[in-house]
Amino acid sequence: MTRAMEHWLRTEHTAFCSGCGHGILLGCVIRAVDELEIDRKNLLFVSGIGCAAWIPSPNIQADTLHTLHGRAVAYATGAKLANPRLTVIVVSGDGDLSSIGGNHLIHAARRNIDLTVVCGNNQIYGMTGGQTAPSTPVGARTATDPQGNVYRPFDLCAVVRAAGAPYAARWPVTRPMSLIDSIKKAVKTDGFGFVEAISPCPTQFGRRNRLDDLTKLYDHLVGLCVTREEAKKMKPEQLWERFVIGEYHD
Amino acid sequence: MSGNVQILMGNHAAAEGALAAGCTFYAGYPITPSSEILERLAEKLPAAGGAFIQMEDELASISALVGAAWAGAKSMTATSGPGLSLMMEGLGYAAITETPCVIVDIQRAGPATGQATRVASGDIIQVRYGSHGDYCPIALSPWSVQEMYDLTIRAFNLAERYRVPAFVMSDESVGHLRESVRLHRDFEIVERNRDIKKPPFGTDAPDGVPPMPAFGDGANLLVTGSTHDEWGYRRVDHPDQHTRLVGRINKKILDHADDIVEVDARFLDDAEVAVVAYGFTGRSALAAVKRLRKEGVRAGLLRLITLWPFPEKEIRALDGQVEKIVVPEMNRGQVAGLVRQHVRGDVVSLCQTNGEAIEPVAIVDKVQEVLA
Repeated sequence: MTRAMEHWLRTEHTAFCSGCGHGILLGCVIRAVDELEIDRKNLLFVSGIGCAAWIPSPNIQADTLHTLHGRAVAYATGAKLANPRLTVIVVSGDGDLSSIGGNHLIHAARRNIDLTVVCGNNQIYGMTGGQTAPSTPVGARTATDPQGNVYRPFDLCAVVRAAGAPYAARWPVTRPMSLIDSIKKAVKTDGFGFVEAISPCPTQFGRRNRLDDLTKLYDHLVGLCVTREEAKKMKPEQLWERFVIGEYHD
Repeated sequence: MSGNVQILMGNHAAAEGALAAGCTFYAGYPITPSSEILERLAEKLPAAGGAFIQMEDELASISALVGAAWAGAKSMTATSGPGLSLMMEGLGYAAITETPCVIVDIQRAGPATGQATRVASGDIIQVRYGSHGDYCPIALSPWSVQEMYDLTIRAFNLAERYRVPAFVMSDESVGHLRESVRLHRDFEIVERNRDIKKPPFGTDAPDGVPPMPAFGDGANLLVTGSTHDEWGYRRVDHPDQHTRLVGRINKKILDHADDIVEVDARFLDDAEVAVVAYGFTGRSALAAVKRLRKEGVRAGLLRLITLWPFPEKEIRALDGQVEKIVVPEMNRGQVAGLVRQHVRGDVVSLCQTNGEAIEPVAIVDKVQEVLA
């Protein structure tokens, strides 16, 4: 392991499936806090329920609060208000933060509470067996949409920005340097910072969408990413099966 | 006797009790008939150096409560039936993570929206069994504005002492009652043991309560609602770990029933009939017992100040001593059913679910009916 990993990881193995993007995201979160030289004693990670909620807990050597499904942001709000010296980083999944926990996400953004929320978006409910999430692209097959999802997904960066978040960014885990940079910016933001990491799920998403081969799955993901400039030339419905990547701030 | 005497609403007295007990965090959501607690602490808690936040719903309120408690705060919320129902999952989380927090429940007529401004005591079973799995909260039941103050303080102390969610199970009538209350300081304040060297989720000590460091203390805490070992590592497929954890979080409360349980016994020594009551109904029950005594009926009152853990020993002591037990309550017999589990004699339930307080005359009539 590298020095940063030795410094921050509790264990040498994770529970993630092979090919899962959440291990890369774990590395990005650790490198971001390491480069920011945050005092471990005053650093708190909060997560909900689901695969992404296992990114900090129990992997990261700091205070961690692994909460109920959907409620991570509300727990984090309480901890931050009770002890404002804490740097509080929520790491959780797309279903956790935007479906069952959507209300807490928009209200924390509205209040501009000084939290960082990192959303590991694998576009599916991984831990429960591959059901549709509010982030599942149109057309993607899941355990509950075997013919393909027909409902458009949330644009979570747009959602939190509309609710008042001063900083939001979206990157695939195939761009770790951008992710590290954005996590650092979100932590340094005086207020609510949001980073969405597009993360492939080979076990539940890949095998249902003829993307069993890991390189195919990662190539597919990269191919769906468009920059904000490119997105401006596209129709909104074309974006329902793509990821607009980049930063959003004032 | 210290402290000034004021005429206060019960809900305001609960807020004053929270401040006196050292509450430093309040999260809540408006709901009738509890909102005066939220409003009073919105005004007074920040001035006292604490943090107040109105959350987006009750799911968020109880979550914020637990987050704040682990950040070192003494935290409280207040709610009523519908909000309490929303808090049930969070209650289970507080129980399994052994998080001290105080929930004031100003009970109103249910189920569902029911009658928002009307009194009931229909939440007694819910707080004990409403979250899935086995846990044992503490619940106290005030009958006066003074007890709204005193029992809120006691709830904070018991929550800290046993690392458990503690309820003040009040009702609309006591919550909105206005009478004199002494805002005294005649009590000890229990502070948390924040030792970071010992495991925070397991102990071999007989009292079963491990130390609880806070975030920022350098303990690198692992707090999880999943089954965990004594250091907080998830152990979700380990039968022994689950048995040990669930056993301890229940046992640490039940084993200390003698310390936690408080009852108010009146005229019981020579009683042939006992009225068992709690909350606002306790006032009517005392008036009824006094009236019955004047009429020559040897009636007594056992007022339950602690509802959970249930005062089993005190109820069992009535068996054989009195001929009949009458349990008046503003629900369909929730506590009467519990009393029946612990005595062999006759237990008569006086239920009233019309949104109004039970009047003394109804209890007098019922006692005379069962003795006839």
